[in-house]
Amino acid sequence: MTTAASTAQTDKTARDDGSPRPARVSRLRRSWDKYWYAWAMVTPVAVVIAVLVLYPLGYGFYQSLTNANESNVAATIGAFHRPATYDFVGLDNYWHVLSGADGDFYPRLVWTVVWTVCCVALHVAIGMGLAVLLNRKMRLRGFYRAMLILPWAVPSFIGVFAWRLMLNSQFGVFNEIITAVGLPEQNWLGTPLAQKVAVIMVNVWIGVPFNMVALLGGLQSIPKELYEAAEMDGASPWQRFVNVTLPGLRPVSNTVILLGCIWTFNMFNVIYLLLGNNTTGDTDILVTFAFRKAFTGISDYAGAATYGIIILALLLAFSTFYRRNTLKSEQA
Amino acid sequence: MRRGISIAAAVTVVALAATACGGSDDKADGKPKDPKDVSGTITYWDTSDAATEAPTYKALIKQFEAKYPKIKVNYQSVPFTDVEQKFKSAAKSGKGAPDVVRTDVGLMAEYASLGYIAPLDGTAALKNTSDFSTGAMNTAKFNGKTYGVPSVTDTLGLLYNKDLLKKAGLAKPPATWDEFIADAKTIKKKTGAYGTYVNPDSYFLLPLLYSNGADMADPSAKKITVSDSSAVTALTTAKKIYDEASMKVDFANAYQNMQTAFKNGKVAMLIQGPWSVSDDLTGSAFKGKEANLGYAPVPAGAGGKAQAPTGGHNLAVYQGSGNLDASYLFTQFMTSTESQITIAEKTGTLPTRTSAYTTAVTSNAKIAGFKPILEKTARPRVALPQVGSLFTPLQQNYVKILQGDSSVKSGLDATAKQFQTLLPGYSIG
Repeated sequence: MTTAASTAQTDKTARDDGSPRPARVSRLRRSWDKYWYAWAMVTPVAVVIAVLVLYPLGYGFYQSLTNANESNVAATIGAFHRPATYDFVGLDNYWHVLSGADGDFYPRLVWTVVWTVCCVALHVAIGMGLAVLLNRKMRLRGFYRAMLILPWAVPSFIGVFAWRLMLNSQFGVFNEIITAVGLPEQNWLGTPLAQKVAVIMVNVWIGVPFNMVALLGGLQSIPKELYEAAEMDGASPWQRFVNVTLPGLRPVSNTVILLGCIWTFNMFNVIYLLLGNNTTGDTDILVTFAFRKAFTGISDYAGAATYGIIILALLLAFSTFYRRNTLKSEQA
Repeated sequence: MRRGISIAAAVTVVALAATACGGSDDKADGKPKDPKDVSGTITYWDTSDAATEAPTYKALIKQFEAKYPKIKVNYQSVPFTDVEQKFKSAAKSGKGAPDVVRTDVGLMAEYASLGYIAPLDGTAALKNTSDFSTGAMNTAKFNGKTYGVPSVTDTLGLLYNKDLLKKAGLAKPPATWDEFIADAKTIKKKTGAYGTYVNPDSYFLLPLLYSNGADMADPSAKKITVSDSSAVTALTTAKKIYDEASMKVDFANAYQNMQTAFKNGKVAMLIQGPWSVSDDLTGSAFKGKEANLGYAPVPAGAGGKAQAPTGGHNLAVYQGSGNLDASYLFTQFMTSTESQITIAEKTGTLPTRTSAYTTAVTSNAKIAGFKPILEKTARPRVALPQVGSLFTPLQQNYVKILQGDSSVKSGLDATAKQFQTLLPGYSIG
């Protein structure tokens, strides 16, 4: 951000020096004359983004303002013709969801937030611990790094199915191990609470490698001189960690935490695939809940779109807020 | 071009255009074409088991192509669990949709109400319909029209391990749910094996609901009946079975664990369908001892009757198919008596035509075992388009009731409330 800001600054000064009358039109023309090739390069991407992102987004938002479902949207299939009979209902869907009238939103939101906070906290804590361990000279360092990246390299659905097999309470390997040492059998996925613990555990397993690698990169960019200076001043290892390592990691860790929150908030695979269909619904986070709305029986387009837009709004609000706060702390 | 840009489809269009040019006067008469003149390529989505059943279907397709040399069938295997979403999204957009799709009978009302599948009355697809069993034919009907042709049928029954029952001193399988629980306790005491393994999937709850006179809803009276007193009786029994008669249930892996436990002799009785039998026969309790597997109707409930849902598969034709004539002929061929006999002999699934129950077919132990059960206890399910959506709230509350998170009554009340949002105009009662 600092680089971008400073470039903008230089641009501005350059422009002020060069053009005596900074009229908007002429500035636009100048920009076009000077950068037309850049605009031309950007156009295809902009078009693709508009088609792939903005159009569906706009359409989803429109659907969230209607009561559209699979049985009342227009359809022409061979000899079959059905005119559209859904209505524009304004913000009704949002009111229904946000007022708690549907009975699902707030319980799902609370669990989604708990899930995100637990996962990201563990991701960053364990990732940082491993990164610090691996950020020094030792034998087999490359081997350890490779092994620790493995969960990330395995496609997540395969990892999740492997966990499901291991957690099987009757024929799984975990119960065999603990009964072999004389402990009682556990029903790992037996109750909503146990399921919640299990999904967090599996997601932590999947997410730690990324955090470790990212933070390891951050650690290596902290100048050694800072540690030497701190040592000269008599700082203890803990003080060096708190006063040198953590501030030095902040640019990386801020981004990692932001990404982690967004990814975990929308982490569909782990919850959907680890627990299967015989659940109480208490373990659904917002995205898996919206998925069930959209893809069981007659699809509820309006309901699923409403949830989609609400999830987007939550994440947008969070990232804006978070960026603003971290920028402030970085500048301070 | 509705079916996407594939070479096969392009060829079809060219071929159709050619036939249309050549035989345009045929069409002007409005007379149905001679079956021998129908040509083109159609796509068939098969949901039969890819390893054990699909080869039989593929062989039948070869025979079909030999009989109608101008028609080519493009066979595609689609896993049973994915087919609903895959078919619906393809049918909606028209891109990549099959012409003929093998459809679980529980999905017929939904597909038909959404206009995805074509009514077949008066087409070549339906032939000799009086030969189909009434139960199977009913599954193909929606709002008075026929939308599918029954291919195979099934229902839930009580499968049991004869050795274990004998060891426990039980002469015959339980006839009522109360006996079922009592027998399970006896089996546990005498043999160490568990009486049963409850499958927490709500479809497997239907026999208990039906045999107590309960159901999910009553479309004729526009009533949601899932929380009435008979449903409470049914769920109270279900909870009792779970608590007293069942091996501990692993909810995330229930189906696989139940099968593994039963086929290896750790569990004596299961509520299961004929599709599971070939898997049962691979386990140590039944391998090489096929006669050890017993078949009985599901136990009877408080009302004294034993009932289980009619399942199975129908062949349905996609409404937007570019080649309806060929699709009708293919559907007719695959559901003919000869084809059904072949399918039954090779895969052990139950035919829907009464004429297909030849002595060779009924000598198959699985078919012989389930045929009387089907005749005695199978009944139709509510044919509501929303039935697929109804299973989710029932499922979640059923699990809550079993796990003890909510009482039977409050769980069913919550289910009924959720049903109400899915069934506008229905009252709870």
